[in-house]
This record gives sequence, C-alpha cells and structure tokens, in this order.
Amino acid sequence: MYETAFTPWQSLGGGALIGASAVMLMAVVGRVMGATGIMAGVMAPASREDFTWRAVLLAGMFTGPFIYLLATGGMPEITVPVSTPMLLVGGLLVGLGVTYGGGCTSGHGVCGMARLSPRSIVATITFMIGTGVTVFVLRHVIGV
Amino acid sequence: MRLFLVYISGLVFGVGIVISGMANPAKVINFFDVAGTWDPSLAFVMGGALVVAALGYRVVLKRPHPVFDGTFHLPTKRDIDMRLVGGSAVFGIGWGIAGFCPGGALPVVSTGNPDVLLFMGALIVGILTAKTLQRHSASRQTAAFSD
Repeated sequence: MYETAFTPWQSLGGGALIGASAVMLMAVVGRVMGATGIMAGVMAPASREDFTWRAVLLAGMFTGPFIYLLATGGMPEITVPVSTPMLLVGGLLVGLGVTYGGGCTSGHGVCGMARLSPRSIVATITFMIGTGVTVFVLRHVIGV
Repeated sequence: MRLFLVYISGLVFGVGIVISGMANPAKVINFFDVAGTWDPSLAFVMGGALVVAALGYRVVLKRPHPVFDGTFHLPTKRDIDMRLVGGSAVFGIGWGIAGFCPGGALPVVSTGNPDVLLFMGALIVGILTAKTLQRHSASRQTAAFSD
C-alpha cells in the first residue's frame, strides 16, 4: 500500500490545463484531444497531413515533463505500485478496451463529457466503475 | 503558425497531466481505492478539466469553423452498443490493473521511465490487436453480405 498526498490545488490546476489544451486544439484545428485517437492516428495515419499535426501534438506533450522540470527543479513523480506482469496485462487490456470503446479518459472523460455526448457519458461511467471494482478486487479481495 | 499552436496545445496538455498527478499510477490507483489508501485528488483533475473544457467548447464551437481548418471534426457515432460499453469496461479493468491510462502515460514517455515504456509497448500491442480483430470481423461481414 502506498499512501499518496492529497493535492487538490495542483490537481485542479493540472486539470484546468488539460481542459484548456483541449479547447485550444479544438479552436486551432477542430480536433478532439483524445490520447487514444491521437495514438491510433499516428500509427495508421489517413494521410501525410493527418500524421503531421498528430506528431507535432505528441512532441508538445513530450515537452511537458521538461517544462515541469524547469519550473520545479525535479521530474514528475511516477510511482508504479504494481508488478511488471500487471503493467503489461493492464496495458494490453487498456489498448483493446479503448479501441473498441472509441476513447479513453481524455477523449470520452474530458472532451466528450464536456460536450455532454451520451456515448461519452456512458463510456466514462462504465470505465470508472470498471476501474473502481478492479482496484477493490485486486487490493482488498486478492490482496495484490 | 498552425503547427506551432498545435505544439503548444500538446505542451499544455503534457504539463497539465504531470502537474495533476495523472501520470502517477500510485495516485491514480489510490483515487479508486476508497476502501484503502484513498486520495481524492483525481476528482479535482476531472472537475478542473471538465469545467474549462465545457465552457471553452461552448465559445469555440459557436464559431463557423476552427482557425486553421474548414470544419470541426467531432465524433459522429451516436449508438450506445456493446462495443462502447464492453470496450470501456475492459479499459477500466486495465486501468485498474496498471494504473496508467493512455493520456496519463503519453506525455511521460519522454522521461524514459522503463515502466512507462513497458506500459506503452503493451498498450500499442493492444491497440494493434483490436484494430486487426476489427478488420477481420468487418471483412467477414462484408463477405456475408456479398453472398
């Protein structure tokens, strides 16, 4: 079990930036800030043009941790409280799930919910319940 | 100018993700661990992101088109089906097991953190597998229709 500090202000501020980035991308090129769609689009681009903006967006995302480093003097904390097999099985399921579900936390959870899309609301409620049940079972029933 | 602004959008997203704690599986899993070491921070991430996105979209989507594109590319699917619900449930299970979601892990790929890279590798295999399966079932359906 790993305790983590409650960080309401950082989390609220970080969340507001995530929301602002989604608004900006929509205003500039009319696209949804969904990690799943951006990744899928880079792996199998419809056209060269389609690849370029996504690659540039990814480059921007990759710069994020270094801006954080400049501002705070440290890299962002990444603590992984699960085993490597769990990381791999989890990653595989996330990849399958977001492709069939058509989005993830950013696409459905932020962009879709912000537009009150019924599909995104259903998807978000479903994956939040799925995650909650999984964490409960793993930590308190199985005891991983 | 267009690509520069796209780059800045990605940068703001990446900074937001690392500040918020979405790139930290310990924090993500603790948000869902209400019965254990609960950390409610992620509710503030979701809240902050939703309020800004909802207000911002209201303004932006009233415009005839984006600054550098002819149309807004909004999702057109409307159906709530087993793919949506089943896929989202599987995503949720995977998120609960690994603690990373795609948007949380993507910006921190650049840190070279081995756990992030392992997760990303598995995520890409999952996406490619699902795409292949979808193509197969689509071509089966087409074949059935043409019979």
